[in-house]
Amino acid sequence: MEEIYAKFVSQKISKTRWRPVPSGSLQTAETFATGSWDNEENCVSLWSIGDFGNLDSDGGFEGDHQLLCDIRHHGDVMDLQFFDQERIVAASSTGCVTVFLHHPNNQTLSVNQQWPAAHHHTGPGSPSYSSAPCTGIVCDNPEIVTVGEDGRINLFRVDHKEAVRTIDNADSSTLHAVTFLRTPEIVTVNSIGQLKIWDFRQQGSEPCQILSLTGDRVPLHCVDRHPNQQHVVATGGQDGMLSIWDVRQGTMPVSLLKAHEAEMWEVHFHPSNPDHLFTCSEDGSLWHWDASTNGPEKSSLFYQGGRSSTFLSHSISNQASVHQSLISSWLSTDPAKDRIEITSLLPSRTLSVNSLDVLGPCLVCGTDAEAIYVTRQLFS
Amino acid sequence: MEELDCEPAITWIPGVNSKKKQMCFDWGPGEMLLCETSFSKKVDTSEKVPSCPFIYIVRKDVDVYSQILRKLFNESHGIFIGLQRIEEELTGKSRKAQLVRVSKNYRSVIRACMEEMHQVAIAAKDPASGRQFSSQVSILSAMELIWNLCEILFIEVAPAGPLLLHLLDWVRLHVCEVDSLSADVLGSENPSKHESFWNLVTVLVLQGRLDEARQMLSKEADANPSCASMCRILGDLMRTMPILSPGNTQTLTELELKWQHWREECERHLQDSTFAASPRLEALCKIMLGDEATLLEHKELLSNWYHFLVTRLLYSNPTVKPIDLHFYAQSSLDMFLGGESSPEPLDNILMAAFEFDIHQVIKECSIALSNWWFVAHLTDLLDHCRLLQSHNLYFGSNMREFLLLEYASGLFAHHSLWQLGVDYFDYCPELGRVSLELHIERIPLNTEQKALKVLRICEQRQMTEQVRSICKILAMKAVRNNRLGSALSWSIRAKDAAFATLVSDRFLRDYCERGCFSDLDLIDNLGPAMMLSDRLTFLVYHSAGISPDLLFLKVCL
Repeated sequence: MEEIYAKFVSQKISKTRWRPVPSGSLQTAETFATGSWDNEENCVSLWSIGDFGNLDSDGGFEGDHQLLCDIRHHGDVMDLQFFDQERIVAASSTGCVTVFLHHPNNQTLSVNQQWPAAHHHTGPGSPSYSSAPCTGIVCDNPEIVTVGEDGRINLFRVDHKEAVRTIDNADSSTLHAVTFLRTPEIVTVNSIGQLKIWDFRQQGSEPCQILSLTGDRVPLHCVDRHPNQQHVVATGGQDGMLSIWDVRQGTMPVSLLKAHEAEMWEVHFHPSNPDHLFTCSEDGSLWHWDASTNGPEKSSLFYQGGRSSTFLSHSISNQASVHQSLISSWLSTDPAKDRIEITSLLPSRTLSVNSLDVLGPCLVCGTDAEAIYVTRQLFS
Repeated sequence: MEELDCEPAITWIPGVNSKKKQMCFDWGPGEMLLCETSFSKKVDTSEKVPSCPFIYIVRKDVDVYSQILRKLFNESHGIFIGLQRIEEELTGKSRKAQLVRVSKNYRSVIRACMEEMHQVAIAAKDPASGRQFSSQVSILSAMELIWNLCEILFIEVAPAGPLLLHLLDWVRLHVCEVDSLSADVLGSENPSKHESFWNLVTVLVLQGRLDEARQMLSKEADANPSCASMCRILGDLMRTMPILSPGNTQTLTELELKWQHWREECERHLQDSTFAASPRLEALCKIMLGDEATLLEHKELLSNWYHFLVTRLLYSNPTVKPIDLHFYAQSSLDMFLGGESSPEPLDNILMAAFEFDIHQVIKECSIALSNWWFVAHLTDLLDHCRLLQSHNLYFGSNMREFLLLEYASGLFAHHSLWQLGVDYFDYCPELGRVSLELHIERIPLNTEQKALKVLRICEQRQMTEQVRSICKILAMKAVRNNRLGSALSWSIRAKDAAFATLVSDRFLRDYCERGCFSDLDLIDNLGPAMMLSDRLTFLVYHSAGISPDLLFLKVCL
């Protein structure tokens, strides 16, 4: 975790996202998108961290990120997702959801599609129309699911003008984030501390499952699903607590880890190394949680029964222990056995870190101190 | 109140006919609202002049809105916070070194801004904005010049000897045409025949860069054998000039003796007319003897009086003591200007610095600069150096706090930079908290996420009144939008029992109207929060339809 480059960019960054690399390719992440907030004119920008050979005109170093193009965005950028290689979906505080298209030939961004009243408190038809911020998006080509402060869930499909499905008043409080569980199922988190699972195959506007913490209903701000284990979900709350849930079992989280001192804004499992988790918070820190157990620990589980074993052993008890150690260190209820190493990645405490994204060995994050940090050596 | 130093500037408001109609205005935290009224100035107006339909916002501080200066504000905020935090650890010998490092950090941030603005100025498409950026660059350059001098005199507190070395570095950093000139001349085929060759050699001598000057002379010696011996002699003089090097252990007295001795040798050469054959070489020798008349002949090369001052000191009094600086400074300024022009604000500021009058420096800077950034950060740093007497100003707080408050208030007037302002208020012990309380309530909250950030700021500082009032506003908005769950969640955060009662009333009213509970999942899952208000407890009890004993159990689990 040696070199992390910081660049001040004259806008408070609310979201940063890596552009996905084509699957099966050996490329590493090279381009990322950012959204700004709290400006009179916000914008969605694309940046590149490609190698530049020489120092460029303002003395930036090779690792320094350069602005490729940007486009004005009406309202704060509340969430940002890459829909595919060229299209970016942005959620606005005005309740509008916009799809931007990137043209690589002339390095410009343009508006491809827009749903201007995706989220509202009272509808556009009524005289007292009031919009509501759209707070979260998740994309799975060709579908886009959005949630907002109006407690509404929308299912859009690109190139369809109207929403394919809308669940009005899905929640009486604000929905803060959404992610896919299995493709027709999504999970949302809200400001009274509940995880709700919705199945689009079912009609009606009731969730098929509700999970929550007992005790104080601390609002949950972010949610992410384990890349391989579709039942493992991590959430971050207003008190900075990281919770890991198993949606198959019960209604309570499996583990609660005291993490940050203030709201946790984003939590991400690393897409290819899911034993690594990243969180960022209002308290100005970004943490790397490393739950990969080291060699001897793992093999001690194999040798549990006193006999030598290999991965191919068929004995049931062995299978169970293999199963357990391979599946997920996150679900272990014994924090002493599976040590989690936590590292703070930013060199000094700053204003809130609003967003982060990881892809391969690269990490990007954006802060309220108007700086973007990039590192390309996460696992060095 | 003091008298005004100058006439107030007039700002014309476009579209408003101030000859015919009266204007009205109102002050805001950093801005003024202004519009035309329907009252006309003359009593009888037969013609109805249409009034201007706009309301104008007049801002004095436009720097806050510059994209590039925003980087300055953000980066310096980080340095400021770092300085306040390490204050407790700053003790003993390392303290001065740390403070100098902080000062250099600030300066490097100014320089980075300057570089970027310079690039933008060059690339600007229309000449008007190009000029504007260029003037910004010169303002930043002046700020860095002043800060650098303050660092040498007040923070580094260089004693006689090293003082001159620092001043030389200072001048070399800010009169930087030398490098491009040098590249030009050396890059040409025949350097000694270049038209600017002698200018370059002279400038190098003026800046005390004698090694490089000697190299130039050797090129001249090669090209022009007739004056080779003269060049060699002059080069030897240059080589042997005694100068205090940083690691040197000789005392000042020793240096002074050696230097006198060397000076006498230069005098002797002049008397013997060694360089009579080449007036240029003779002029160089005279410069090295600190001859003022010769120095003044090269005014364009010196380009400003403080360069003249430093060169004078280098060649006539290298072991100058800090307290004697201002004599030389005043006379240098007078000699350089020669009565033709009067000193500019920058000159006055530098002069005040040479006189070690910190308050005057800060006062002059406050007047000359349009933004409080510079004086606020410089004064804070000097305060950490324990240089400011705590004399109170009219309004009770000391100068450092006053300037920080002004700067932070300016930040709060900006739609986005208010977050930086919070930290500045934190470090103003007398009026910071109350200022923050007043400002933070006025930040517009258009999304819940922004509201959460503001609430976090208030909670961290135990500003319970502000938390209450913000939560109440958000809860009311939620109730109006029929987001009862959000309303409840805000009233729980504020521990506002009265509001929780209000929300429960709404739920109950809905029940009476519809015959069933909406949002049963919310009521069902409240947990201990339902004890916040009696009405809420009743609601949970009633919606659950369970007996009080079971209800008690439910609450506890």
